[in-house]
Amino acid sequence: MDTKPPFETVVDQHGSTVLRVCRAVLGPGPDADDAWSEVFLAALRSYPELPAATNMQAWLVTVAHRKAIDIIRSRQRRATPIEAVPDTESTIGLPDRVDEQEIWQAVAALPDRQRMAVAYHYLGGLPYAGVAEELGGSTDAARRAAADGIKKLRTTVTRGGAASKGAPR
Amino acid sequence: MNQTTGEPIAGRLASLTEPTATELAALRRQLADIADTTGILDVAYTVVDSPVGPLLLAGTERGLVRIAYRREGFDAVLQALADRLSPRILRSPGRLDAAARQLEEYFAGRRTGFDLALDFSLSSGFRRLVQQHLPDIGYGHTETYRDVAAVVGNPRAVRAVGSACATNPLPVVVPCHRVVRSDGTPGGYAGGPAAKVALLALESAA
Repeated sequence: MDTKPPFETVVDQHGSTVLRVCRAVLGPGPDADDAWSEVFLAALRSYPELPAATNMQAWLVTVAHRKAIDIIRSRQRRATPIEAVPDTESTIGLPDRVDEQEIWQAVAALPDRQRMAVAYHYLGGLPYAGVAEELGGSTDAARRAAADGIKKLRTTVTRGGAASKGAPR
Repeated sequence: MNQTTGEPIAGRLASLTEPTATELAALRRQLADIADTTGILDVAYTVVDSPVGPLLLAGTERGLVRIAYRREGFDAVLQALADRLSPRILRSPGRLDAAARQLEEYFAGRRTGFDLALDFSLSSGFRRLVQQHLPDIGYGHTETYRDVAAVVGNPRAVRAVGSACATNPLPVVVPCHRVVRSDGTPGGYAGGPAAKVALLALESAA
């Protein structure tokens, strides 16, 4: 029998992963929240028809990718700048606020492909072949995009540690 | 599973993007609300406290479809709902507000009957016939399994009445606790014999 867990379980298991991915791609604001809601509404809608053997996390990450693309396109149409830095006080509670902002800025500054490759692989757990399927291009190209993204972020954080002692830009 | 192990900056990114429990709870509430209003939430459920332990309440768009005692295993009950009705199930207390309020009044001794839309789609045939008769047994009254068999027009189906009561998807609201053995002892109950005795005591005290 084609038995599936209640959808509530899917949200339990993958809710935070999907939000992490949306935040990494879209910034930690209302756009990420909207994308999250749309992903789970779309998932709930199709859930009864999905094969029971579906890898839900991978499937949700690919839906998140499509919602993110829609949101990025509508941002470009509106020509509003990407809101990379949270306006409100972070609730994450890390001690170094300046570092946090710098990482957010560095993430937002990555080219879309690199930012998405990092988010889908490192936060969404998608293998590079799956990342390539979403972004187009070869598996190697997806791996390179993620590696380039990671390298840039690493550089920023290393510099950020020193820069944070001075005045924030 | 994320792939952040062995890559410190990815780990950093994971904790930076990590939602708080409050943020996630707000998003989940909103998801359930939108799903409900757009008609794609087939089963909504919540868990309420009661003097006979926590009760799981589940409702379809047609009405209250399941009440379960904790000893039945809430996870198993939800899985059975997914298998038998639909896996589109979310915790969404809004749909169960009226049921929760009426149960609270009942347990406080302030309510003797329920005014709720009921969805009997989990039972069929003779069992459903029996279960639909049970609300006719008044608050504070009892009938024997034999009485019920006679009332539903099948005096020899005493055992079948027993299994109809045992498989009642809506205990408390559909008062299978008011069906007792001919010798006056309470008989079996999905909520356990103690819960059955407690409900009968509540009703006889009022």
